[in-house]
Amino acid sequence: MFPKQETVAMLLAGGQGSRLYVLTSKVAKPAVAYGGKYRIIDFPLSNCVNSGINAVGVLTQYQPLLLNEYIGNGQPWDLDGSNSGVTVLPPYQRSKGADWYKGTANAIYQNIAYVDRYNPDYVVVLSGDHIYKMDYSEMIAAHKERNADCTIAVLDVPIEEASRFGILNTNPDNSIYEFDEKPKHPKSTKASMGIYCFTWQKLRKYLIEDEENADSKHDFGMNVLPAMLNSGERMFAFEFEGYWKDVGTIQSLWEANMDLLNPDSGLKLNDSSWSIYSRTPILPPQYIGEDAKLTTSLVADGSVVFGDVDHSVLFPGAKVAKGAVVKQSVLMPGAVVEEGAVVEYAIVSENAVVKKNAKVGSAPENTEADWGIAVVGSDLTVGEGAVVKANEIIYEDVNGGDCK
Amino acid sequence: MRGNNVLGVLFSNAENDALRDLTDMRTMGSVPFGSRFRMIDYPLSNMVNSGIDKVAVLTKSNYQSLMDHLGSGKAWDLAKNKNGLFILPPFGNANGEDYKNKLQALNSMISFLEKSKEEYVLLSDCDVVCNIDYRDVIAKHIQNKADITVVYKNAKVPDDIKQLMVLDLDANDRIKEISIDPNSNEEYKFSLDMYLMRRDLLIRLVRECVSKNKQSFKVDLIQSNVNRFRMYGYEFSGYSRVISSLKEYFAASMDLLQKDVSAQLYDTDKPIYTKNRDDMPVMFGEDASVHNSILSHGCVVEGTVKNSVLFRGVHVAKGCTVENCILMQDTDLGANCKLNYIITDKDVVIKEGRKLMGFSSYPVYISKGSVV
Repeated sequence: MFPKQETVAMLLAGGQGSRLYVLTSKVAKPAVAYGGKYRIIDFPLSNCVNSGINAVGVLTQYQPLLLNEYIGNGQPWDLDGSNSGVTVLPPYQRSKGADWYKGTANAIYQNIAYVDRYNPDYVVVLSGDHIYKMDYSEMIAAHKERNADCTIAVLDVPIEEASRFGILNTNPDNSIYEFDEKPKHPKSTKASMGIYCFTWQKLRKYLIEDEENADSKHDFGMNVLPAMLNSGERMFAFEFEGYWKDVGTIQSLWEANMDLLNPDSGLKLNDSSWSIYSRTPILPPQYIGEDAKLTTSLVADGSVVFGDVDHSVLFPGAKVAKGAVVKQSVLMPGAVVEEGAVVEYAIVSENAVVKKNAKVGSAPENTEADWGIAVVGSDLTVGEGAVVKANEIIYEDVNGGDCK
Repeated sequence: MRGNNVLGVLFSNAENDALRDLTDMRTMGSVPFGSRFRMIDYPLSNMVNSGIDKVAVLTKSNYQSLMDHLGSGKAWDLAKNKNGLFILPPFGNANGEDYKNKLQALNSMISFLEKSKEEYVLLSDCDVVCNIDYRDVIAKHIQNKADITVVYKNAKVPDDIKQLMVLDLDANDRIKEISIDPNSNEEYKFSLDMYLMRRDLLIRLVRECVSKNKQSFKVDLIQSNVNRFRMYGYEFSGYSRVISSLKEYFAASMDLLQKDVSAQLYDTDKPIYTKNRDDMPVMFGEDASVHNSILSHGCVVEGTVKNSVLFRGVHVAKGCTVENCILMQDTDLGANCKLNYIITDKDVVIKEGRKLMGFSSYPVYISKGSVV
């Protein structure tokens, strides 16, 4: 038995993130690179540590290699304590059978033993695909004060966008009376952020009941939360203000990167009172060449820039050769853009190479139809002079001169 | 067997005087260098990359920044159950006297040397920037059946090196003669003050010198013993620069802007490690104009930067022009400043519109925390 932890966080990191297509073909969504040196999971992990939560279980299932390696012993986030820290929790075999994680609720059900070891009062359930800075301790304080069984973080969204979200309909005291999943006619603008705080003994009971229900999909949003509401448990909304972005799609991941270049976006990373920690690769400083033009961009150490870069985010080890142009784009770790190549409105994934004079993506104003962000998958090569159109997603090497 | 049977010993304060102001408040080892490193990162990483897993860092004074930088040794993979990093500050003795030279320093750690089990000891100062593979030095040492191997560089002697040790070698690299401070600008084989020898020999020679009240490691332990032991030279021909003065510090920093120098120093197979700081990547503003410069995480650049080295967290506001400068951690420039040949130490604040000029042969240094 470990010393008691008041709160344990359970981070759901097993999802495939299929709407990120090639970006998640080799890695789980929480391990996708973001913001020049981070990975998405740095945000919830750093939020936990900054909120005083020292026991974090990370539930993994899909493509866990890079994610496991990245989390490691948790040291970059100070989650390597003797009696607490981060623990990667994959599905496992039991004496009677074995299951993958069948749903978000089942993933936590399968790890009740992990949570019980800390004998916590509260459990915070987080997802690994949001970019935001949040003090969970304020949410837990509100949960305690209201003597709640479940508290759900909500974001005030514009009414016209409300139908894209899971909406919570609440009484004036913020108690929840109804869940409205993607409503056609929303009654409220309180969108669930997928961040839950539970009183552990209550959640524990509902997880066990849910597991016994053969009709259940074992999902928090679909099954466990409605079951709690139906039984009259005390459920409240907790209003969050600040930057929050679901980076579940290519477009939104690109936007979230571009938001870092906009001082008014509300997301500040150079704030020492709420640092976002990450595992930093061992690399030399970045070098900006004699003839480089580099404006409105975020550039990580180990990068080398000789060409033109504007409105872009460059990760560690990215290289932009002389005469190359990179605009409104994201170059993930180790991505290379060779001489004369043009990359616009694109994401070039880890270690991909855009060869000489190739073109990847185009600006919306220069695109006739079907504009979108172009994406080159990791470790791929776009051949010399090849063209990758806007909105294309590249899964395999493109030969020189080819038009995709 | 773990490790490679070599104990590393680093003198963090040696040659402190060379940099005057820069080492007023810190050891030579903790002098910031190369945009994100400190001087000790180079010898320490070289040792680790060469398989040495036990390193003692001797320090005498001003070592707060050094302790803070090294911490548990985690960043160099030296936080270990067995071996790892040992920081050895002066060990108070009954008469309260501090050691005054390298011989006395070694004498003060003699019980540490005796307790260690490694067969060899590699000694180095912290004033040389290079990426050297000591495995090769060790192999040559064994091959030559040497008692002492001295790493040297064959080049024109840089300015201001004190007690420069010049080697005269025979065809087999055996040292015939050592002269100290020969006072000339010719090309010489001069010592980089890195020595490899058996641990028991080091202990014996240190005891011998101290018992005869000798004062100089170079003169009494090395030079005087040339004919008594098999001493060999090992030439390091890769990039190296001795930081023997502020001028050399400046020149070495500017060397980093050359592609072949940075390629030699920052080899992916033998990386230089340093303490991490959780800064965001460098933010370049809409009017930024940056050319031939190196920068590290946490910088915000809104003005013009040319031929410069910026450390972590430096802010260059709009309208500034920074040329041929070294701006250390968290230097903050207000709008419309003009700086040329300036070295700012950590946390320097330069207020709006200031114009500061040094010259290539005389870069102006602004001390830690100053407000201009």
